Amino acid sequence: MIRYAKPTTVAEALSLLGEDSWRILAGGTDFYPAQGTKPLRENILDINGLAELRGIAETDSNWTIGARTSWAQVASAPLPACFDALRQAAREVGSRQIQNVATVAGNLCNASPAADGVPALLILDADVELSSTQGARHLPLGEFILGNRRTALQPGEMVTAIRIPKSAAVGQSAFHKLGARRYLVISIAMAAVRLVIIDGMVSDAAVAVGACAATAKRLHGVETAVIGRKAEQSIADAIISAQIEELTPIDDVRGTAGYRQDAAREIVARAALAIVDESLDKAAA
Amino acid sequence: MNPRLPLTAFEVNGSSVALPVSPVRRLSSVLRDDLHLTGVKVGCDAGDCGACTVLVDGEPVCACLMPVASANGTRITTIEGLGNGRLSALQASFLEHGAAQCGICTPALLVAASALLERNAEPDEAEVQDALGGILCRCTGYRKIITAVMAASRKHPATEIDFRLPEAGCAIGASPVRLDGIAKVTGDEKYGADSFPEDALAVLAVRSPNYHAKFSIGDIDAWKKMNPGIVAVFTAADIPGINRFGVIPPFADQPALAEREVRFRGEAVAVIAGERDAIANLDLASFPLSWIELPHVLQPGQACAEGAQLVHESRAGNILTKGFVEQGDPEAALSSAAIIVSGEIETSYVEHAYIEPEGGYAYLDGETLVIVACTQAPYMDRDDTAKVLALAPENVRIVPTATGGGFGSKLDVSLQPLIGLVALKTGRPAAMAYSRNESMMSTTKRHPAFMKASIGTDANGRVCGMVFDGDFNTGAYASWGPTVANRVPVHASGPYATPNYRATGRAIHTNGPISGAFRGFGVPQAAIMQETIYDELATKLGKDRLDFRLQNCLREGNFTGTGQKMDASVGIADCLEALKPHWSRALADATAFNARNETVKRGVGIASCWYGCGNTSLPNPSTIKVAISQDGHVVLHQGAVDIGQGSNTVITQICADALGLPLGMFRLKSADTAISPDAGKTSASRQTFVTGKAAEKAGRALRDQILRFANVSTNATLALDGKMVVVREGEAVRRIDLDGLAANAEGYVFEATESYDPPTTPLDAKGQGKPYAVYGYGAQIAELEVDLKLGTVKLVKITAAHDVGRAINPVMVEGQIEGGIAQGIGMALMEEYIPGRTENLHDYLIPTIGDVPPIESILVEVPDSEGPFGAKGLGEHVLIPTAPAILNAIRHATGVLVTKVPATPSRILAAIRADKASR
Repeated sequence: MIRYAKPTTVAEALSLLGEDSWRILAGGTDFYPAQGTKPLRENILDINGLAELRGIAETDSNWTIGARTSWAQVASAPLPACFDALRQAAREVGSRQIQNVATVAGNLCNASPAADGVPALLILDADVELSSTQGARHLPLGEFILGNRRTALQPGEMVTAIRIPKSAAVGQSAFHKLGARRYLVISIAMAAVRLVIIDGMVSDAAVAVGACAATAKRLHGVETAVIGRKAEQSIADAIISAQIEELTPIDDVRGTAGYRQDAAREIVARAALAIVDESLDKAAA
Repeated sequence: MNPRLPLTAFEVNGSSVALPVSPVRRLSSVLRDDLHLTGVKVGCDAGDCGACTVLVDGEPVCACLMPVASANGTRITTIEGLGNGRLSALQASFLEHGAAQCGICTPALLVAASALLERNAEPDEAEVQDALGGILCRCTGYRKIITAVMAASRKHPATEIDFRLPEAGCAIGASPVRLDGIAKVTGDEKYGADSFPEDALAVLAVRSPNYHAKFSIGDIDAWKKMNPGIVAVFTAADIPGINRFGVIPPFADQPALAEREVRFRGEAVAVIAGERDAIANLDLASFPLSWIELPHVLQPGQACAEGAQLVHESRAGNILTKGFVEQGDPEAALSSAAIIVSGEIETSYVEHAYIEPEGGYAYLDGETLVIVACTQAPYMDRDDTAKVLALAPENVRIVPTATGGGFGSKLDVSLQPLIGLVALKTGRPAAMAYSRNESMMSTTKRHPAFMKASIGTDANGRVCGMVFDGDFNTGAYASWGPTVANRVPVHASGPYATPNYRATGRAIHTNGPISGAFRGFGVPQAAIMQETIYDELATKLGKDRLDFRLQNCLREGNFTGTGQKMDASVGIADCLEALKPHWSRALADATAFNARNETVKRGVGIASCWYGCGNTSLPNPSTIKVAISQDGHVVLHQGAVDIGQGSNTVITQICADALGLPLGMFRLKSADTAISPDAGKTSASRQTFVTGKAAEKAGRALRDQILRFANVSTNATLALDGKMVVVREGEAVRRIDLDGLAANAEGYVFEATESYDPPTTPLDAKGQGKPYAVYGYGAQIAELEVDLKLGTVKLVKITAAHDVGRAINPVMVEGQIEGGIAQGIGMALMEEYIPGRTENLHDYLIPTIGDVPPIESILVEVPDSEGPFGAKGLGEHVLIPTAPAILNAIRHATGVLVTKVPATPSRILAAIRADKASR
C-alpha cells in the first residue's frame, strides 16, 4: 500500500479519485478474498467513512439505494412488494456476516456472473450512478456490467448510487436461487421475476437470470410470453415454452451448460408461480 | 506494530484499546496477533468458513473481511468476552449437549448464536440455522449445535453446569461432559496457530503452480538483499537428512522440499523465513524461480495407459501397489448365479476441509528440536521429522496442540519438517500457519475411485459370488495409498457372507493431489459400489431391500472374504433388525408423499457398513501409563491424540472403571512425546479399541499394584481421600498415606504402564488371514426428496444404527455418528475437489447447518470379545453407509442410479433425462 485515504465526504473522495489511481475498499467481502495472502501494493481509497452513501431513499421519480447500503439493510428495509426479489436476494448474498457489511454497489462492481443482487436489480430497471469530479452519469445496470469481472467504471469514477425508477417500482416480485447447498453458496443459477398483475392479468413483466451468461440477462422472450396472460398456474407453461436467446451458459464445477439452460427456465417459472400464488391468495382473501 | 501509524481505537470485550496499526489490516489479524484474542480463528481468510466471526456493535461479521479501520469507534465482542468470568448459559449448553468436538468453529458459533439469542430469546430451528448458516463445522454434523442453542434459551443463566461426572465404577456408559471441553467454549483452547512465540521467524513455503515441472532457483542471496527482514531461504540442498518422508516407511517417497522436479501442484520447493512484518509484506512474484513445465497425467486411466510417463521412475506402470483378496471360485459362482448385477461407480477427490489449516512452531531446547503443532500422530511426526533433519528421534519432541479437525490428513507430516529445518538452521523459533489455499493444495485427499463389480445370487437371493476391481488415484506420492489398496479388497464385500469372492485394489500414481487417509481409507467408496448393486439385486429378486441385506449379512460362524471366522461379536444383523420399524415407516411415508406430489418425489435408501479397527495385518500397539501422584490424583498419560472425537474423555472413562476410581479424580497428561508413551496414531478407528484396551490393562495393573500393596483381595474397592488411598474390603478399611511413601521423579507413588497390540495375522498371497481383531458394524436409512425438474435433493431424515460393542460415552457416539453422516452427505451430494479449480471453501462445498437433516441414532451393543469392556471402534464406520444410502434413496425416488459422486443437481438431472430418453 502506497497511499491510504478514508474521506468523509463524497466530494473529497471524488477529488482523491481524480488525482491518483485507487483501489476502492468498501465492505471488504470481495476485496480481501481477491487479495488473498498477497501484500497490498496499491493506493487504497477506503469509502467506509462516506455516511451519505448509506441508506435507501425515495424521491418523486426514483428509489435510490446508496452505494454503501449493506445487504442486511436492504433485507430489512420497508420497501414495496416489487422489491421482494431484491430483499430475498439480499438474504442469499454470502452469509449473515457477509450481508452485514457487503454493499449493494460492491456486488455490482465485482461483476461476478453469479452476483445474486444483479438479476433482482435488473428487473427493477435499475441504473447505476457513476460519479467523478466531472459530475455524475447514469448507466442502465445492463450497460454498467460489461462482462465477467468487467464494468464500465472509468478511472476517476466511483459508483455512488443505484436508482430504481418509480415507473418500474410496481407490481410484485420473487427471487429463486439454485445452489448445491443451503447456505453460503455461489449460485448455479438464479432468477428474479417481477409481474404487474391487474385484474388477474399480467400487464407487465420483467424477468432476469444470473450465472447463465457472462453477465445476468433480462429474458425478453419470456417477458413477451407472459404479458397479457392470466395470472394463474398455466403461466409456467408459457415460460417453459418461451423463447430464450439471451443465455450462453458454460460448464463449470457447479453445473453443466445444458443443465443451466433447463434449470434457468424452471426457476423463472417457479419465481413467477410464487408471485401468482401469492396474488391468487390475496384475491381469495 | 508501527508507532508512526494512526491509532485505531475501539472497545473489545468491554476494554478500550488504541493501536497503531495499518488501517487496512484484517481485523482478525489485529485481534489475534496484536491483542492475543486467539479465540478468533482464521480458517480461510475469505469469509467462506465463518470461523473468525466476531460481533461489531452486536452484529456478526467475519473479522477476516473487515479492515481494522472499520472497527474504529465500535464495540467488538469475541468469544473471550462472552463468559464474563463464568460460562454463559449458551456456553454451558454447548458443553452439556456435546456441541463442540474439535472446537475450532465453536467460538464463532457461540458468538453468532449469542447475537441471535440477544434479539430472539427462543429461536426455532430454522432461525438457528439462518443465524449460523455462515459458519462451517466439519466435526459435529450440526445437530447438537442446533439443540444446544435452542436449549440455551430455556436455561437460566445462573444454573450450574452439570458435568455428569460418574461415580467410581460407573464411567463406562455414562456421558460425562468432555473432560477437555471448557477451554473449547471459552476460546482458551490453543490450536496450531494460537501460541506462536513473539520472537518467532515467520515461515512461508514457495509452492509449485504446476502439476509437473522442472525448476531452478536463481540468486537467493541477491534476492534476500532486496528484501530486508528476510532472514533465510532454504531449499532441498539444505536438508541435512534423508529428504523422503512417508507414513509407511517402505514407501516413503515424498521430499519435504522438492529436488529439481515437482510432481504435483502445491509441492513445496523452498521455505522463506523472516520477521513477521517482512513475510506479511513479501511479494513472492519476485522470488528467483524458473519453471519448465513437463507433461502431466491427472487421470489413472491415462497414467496406466501403455507408454505413459512415470511419476516415479521406480514404479512401473505408475502402480504404487495392489491389494488382493480371493476366496472360492467367483467366476464359477457368477456363471451359475440365478441373478447377476454389474455396475461401475466413479468417485471424486474429497478434501478433509477441517476448519483449522495446519499450524505450528518449532524451537530448539538445547539439543532437542521441539515442534508444537496440530497433529493426529505425534510419534510418527517425530520419526519422519527426525529422518528428514538427520536427528535422532529422541532429539525431536512433538508437542501436539489442540487439533482443529484431522479426519486422516493430519496423520502425514506437513509443516513439521519445514519449521524444524528453519529452527535448526537459524537457531530461532520458527512459526508457520498454512493458508486455506495452501492447505487444500498441498495436503492429502480422499482417493478418487474408479470401481466396477459384479455380484450374483442364487434363486433364493443368497449371494453366491462377487468380483470387485477398484482403481484408486493415489496422486503424486505414496502417503496412505498402500493402505487403501489393501483395506478395500478386505471390505469390498460389505458385511455380507460372500463365499466366492475376488477383490482387487490398485493405487495408481498421477500428478494429482496426494491421496492419503480420509475417514474410511477407501471403504466408503467401495461401499457405494457394493451397496448400490445390492439394491438392484433386491429389486430384481423382488425382495425388500432391507430383508435382502438381512438374509445375506454376516452372522456368527460365517467367514469373511479373507477367511476369518466371525464369532458372536458380529452385530450387523442386530443393526438391520433395529432399523426395520423405521424402514417400514419411511417406505409408507414415501408412498403417501409420492401419491400427492408430481415434481418432487420421496425416496428411501439403506446401506450397511463394516470396518476393521486398527491397522490391516500390521502391528499398531498403544501404550498407556497411569499413576497415583503423591498429591492424591490419578494421572493418566493419555497419548491418543484427541482431534475432537473424544479420546481424552473415552480413554479416561475406560481407565477409570478398570482402576475403580472416579473419573473426577483423573488428571490428564497430553500426547507430548516427552511426556506420554506412544499410543499410536488417531486413525483407523483404533483409539477406543486399541488405546482403550491399553488403558484398561494399565488401569487394572495399577489397581492390582495398590491391592497387593494393601494386601487385600481383588474384591476390595478403592477411593482417594486427599492424599490417602482408601482401600475397603468388607468391614476392613486400609488407608495408604501417599505422603508416607516414596515418589518417583514424576511425583508418582504408584505407576503402571501397559501396552496392547491387536492380535492379527498377515494376509497371504490370496489375501487370506485375520487382518483385524475387531470389526464394527452399522446400517443407515436415508430419506430424501428429489426435485425431478431441478435435480436437487432435500434430505428429510437419516436413521443410523451402529453396533459399537459397548458405548463408552453415548453422547460422544452420537456425535461421531452425526459428524460422519454429515461428511457422508458431502461426499454423496456436493464434495468434489478439482486441483487448480476448487482450492478454496467457496468453490469446494461442504455441508452447512442447513444441509444436515434430523438424525436418529440407534446404539446397538453386541459386545466384542476383544475390545475393552466389549467396545468396538466407530469413527470411520459412521461415514460409510451414508453416501450409498443416499444414492439408493435417489434411485428409489427417481428410478435412476447416479454413477458418479457427488450426485450434483446437474448429474442427477442428466441421469433422469438419460433414463427417460432410453425408454
